[in-house]
Amino acid sequence: MELSGGDIIVQCLKDEGVEHVFGYPGGAVLHIYDAIFKQQDVKHILVRHEQAAAHAADGYARATGKPGVVLVTSGPGATNAVTGIATAYMDSIPVVILTGQVPTPVIGSDAFQEVDTVGITRPCVKHNFLVKRLEDLALTIKKAFYIATTGRPGPVVVDIPKDITDPGIKIPYSYPGRVKMRSYNPVVKGHLGQIKKAVKIMMEAERPVFYTGGGVVLDDAAKSLTELVDTLEFPITQTLMGLGAYPGSGKHFLGMLGMHGTYEANMAMHETDVLIAVGARFDDRVTGHVKQFCPDATIIHIDIDPSSISKNVRVDVPIVGPVRQVLRDMLKVVNEGEIKPNKQALKQWWEQIEKWRSMDCLKYDQKSKLIKPQHAVEMLHKVTKGDAFVTSDVGQHQMFAAQFYRFDKPRRWINSGGLGTMGFGLPAAMGVQMAFPKAEVAVVTGESSIQMCIQELATCLQYELPIKIILLNNGYMGMVRQWQEFFYESRYSQSGMSVTPDFVKLTESYGHVGMRVDKSKDLEGAMKEAFTYKDRLVFLDVVVDPTENVYPMIAAGKGHHEMYLSPGSELV
Amino acid sequence: MRHIISILMENESGALARVANLFTARGYNIESLTVAPTEDRSLSRMTLVTSGSDEIIEQITKQLNKLIDVVKLVDLTEGGHLEREMMLIKLRAERTQREEIKRLVDIFRGKIIDVTDTSYTVELTGAASKLNAFIEAVNDELIVEVVRTGPSGIGRGPKGLGL
Ligand SMILES: Cc1cc2nc3c(=O)[nH]c(=O)nc-3n(C[C@H](O)[C@H](O)[C@H](O)COP(=O)(O)OP(=O)(O)OC[C@H]3O[C@@H](n4cnc5c(N)ncnc54)[C@H](O)[C@@H]3O)c2cc1C
Ligand SMILES: Cc1ncc(C[n+]2csc(CCOP(=O)(O)OP(=O)(O)O)c2C)c(N)n1
Ligand SMILES: [Mg+2]
Repeated sequence: MELSGGDIIVQCLKDEGVEHVFGYPGGAVLHIYDAIFKQQDVKHILVRHEQAAAHAADGYARATGKPGVVLVTSGPGATNAVTGIATAYMDSIPVVILTGQVPTPVIGSDAFQEVDTVGITRPCVKHNFLVKRLEDLALTIKKAFYIATTGRPGPVVVDIPKDITDPGIKIPYSYPGRVKMRSYNPVVKGHLGQIKKAVKIMMEAERPVFYTGGGVVLDDAAKSLTELVDTLEFPITQTLMGLGAYPGSGKHFLGMLGMHGTYEANMAMHETDVLIAVGARFDDRVTGHVKQFCPDATIIHIDIDPSSISKNVRVDVPIVGPVRQVLRDMLKVVNEGEIKPNKQALKQWWEQIEKWRSMDCLKYDQKSKLIKPQHAVEMLHKVTKGDAFVTSDVGQHQMFAAQFYRFDKPRRWINSGGLGTMGFGLPAAMGVQMAFPKAEVAVVTGESSIQMCIQELATCLQYELPIKIILLNNGYMGMVRQWQEFFYESRYSQSGMSVTPDFVKLTESYGHVGMRVDKSKDLEGAMKEAFTYKDRLVFLDVVVDPTENVYPMIAAGKGHHEMYLSPGSELV
Repeated sequence: MRHIISILMENESGALARVANLFTARGYNIESLTVAPTEDRSLSRMTLVTSGSDEIIEQITKQLNKLIDVVKLVDLTEGGHLEREMMLIKLRAERTQREEIKRLVDIFRGKIIDVTDTSYTVELTGAASKLNAFIEAVNDELIVEVVRTGPSGIGRGPKGLGL
């Protein structure tokens, strides 16, 4: 089969099993768009801003586990996508980004819409390529998918000069079935000796804790994790990125840990003698002050990326390998039953944990006439029976969603943790809804964040995406305001956001359903009504208490045992 | 501590930029960096001199290994190794100084490779410390220009860093 570069790209995507491409056209990719026009198998979703294309592909990948695909033009198309690429990079999400480039002969001449895309994206991709010869195109695309989806996943950019896609030049095409790269060999199996050593230490533990993260979700290891935790009856806490891998309603779950983690989770971290870290990267939001982190613990760490191990915190038993396989092997060793856990110590440990739990650190004012944001999230949980895909933006609403939705399944909670990108929520939800047209998909957002990609309401109309936007409208960049209240004596410098459009009218003008609710007593009715519109997008503007803060909170640079628990409280 | 890291990379355009970028992005020290193709045209060999605590060096080697284009690397300072750097140094050499400089060059087993009425250009090869010693030994005022390649290194013994 002889094909032009443009046709080769589309054919590669088909052969890779890609069904959806999120993109935006422009001069450098016109040949590719012409190739897209001529076929039906690969569906193109036209966004309204390239940042949204990257977030949508990213959301698609997070929800499905399959790589997301982006297509944008050179210059401004590529630079607009960079925020989305960096977002995927920080959370290790497999995305392949195809960018147009000016024709090879004029590269480097400051040609129209030329930027050094490979240079600009280098620090925020797992890898990138500039395709210099048509003959390399198919293999490069194959490599891009291979690199993006294996090992520690991540975004890969393929920069394609316009002359490479010239419809007049055709070459024989075949898609490489497999690639082997001598310079890239991700670890496929954790060392059994290390696994046995770890199990022995776990069995002897008196105060063990599992601390698990995004790696469990990325590797689809939720089942193995749940089985292991429930067999051992150890307590488990999860990072923001790990939520849902072990069920939020599971009896060994202590809640999220870290800066806005629960009292019981953070105290358990502080007191533990054996920490089992699984697919988590000891982020500063989690560790607090590293010198005070888990002061008494022997630390076991399972991670596929050797550079995650002992990066921020010294690890005693490293296990480099994929979470799922390592957890399965651990389970096998545990079930062989040669060593028994220390039941007596474990019982005492749980008694201590129950004491911490009884602080009820997530309590909030239930009688308020103003809607409490926590209440709104709990209502969302109730109305969706805890079974929706929930995406979010960044801020207080994100933390409330994480704390109060209690995700029972992996890949249901979709948020930007590492980069913390406002504007992520709506486009990410588009990717999720494209992948699961029948599923309930909700965006929990803030009035500041939603305005960063609000234009995507048009995309949602065009593709009939019945997303439910739950706006926790506090009239502030709440998270910023909270820090200013705590650490800048309430000088609210530039964090007010009272000037917004009328979101109901705005939504209606985009052709969707807009609703507003501002009284606690009306919340349940409004939320239920929003979800009765099965095939319409509904934007529910929930006017919430503008003064509410996220608790517990560990102040930056403090240890896990030093938390603010409630308004006006001292550190405990 | 000073470490010499030897890297075998795919000879792709941009490979050097990836390494340099990694060091600036993560705030690691980079003292010198040399790179050239090997007998296998598809591979480049790079020698990188850096310094830092054991933890930082561990991260540096892990992060370098993580670069997709890196095929293999070794921290030469972990074992027996040889290190060589070349320096071209131009010195002011007028009547009275000429003999003195020539003697010094001989002691260091250098070569004078360009001569004018008023200058010598000297070629000197050795470990970085030897080149430093030469510079120390020459009167500062005589130095017109110093050009150093940065060290390249190789492990001692019969084994090589290969595929
Ligand atoms: C406003 C705000 C507040 C935040 N507050 C908190 C907070 O209170 N608590 C909190 O936890 N986070 C919080 N975060 C998120 C935080 O910034 C980090 O994104 C998060 O803690 C990182 O999660 P993780 O450790 O699970 O790592 P991830 O970023 O999910 O990384 C996954 C890890 O798993 C590894 N991995 C990937 N695939 C595999 C595999 N197949 N096998 C083995 N290992 C694998 C990777 O190498 C990596 O080390 C907050 C973010 C924001 C924006
Ligand atoms: C693109 C971007 N710019 C700035 C920030 C810093 N930031 C973090 S949270 C936040 C406020 C978010 O406000 P809002 O969306 O209203 O959410 P709330 O905290 O009020 O729930 C800001 C500005 C960011 N995370 N992302
Ligand atoms: Mg707000």
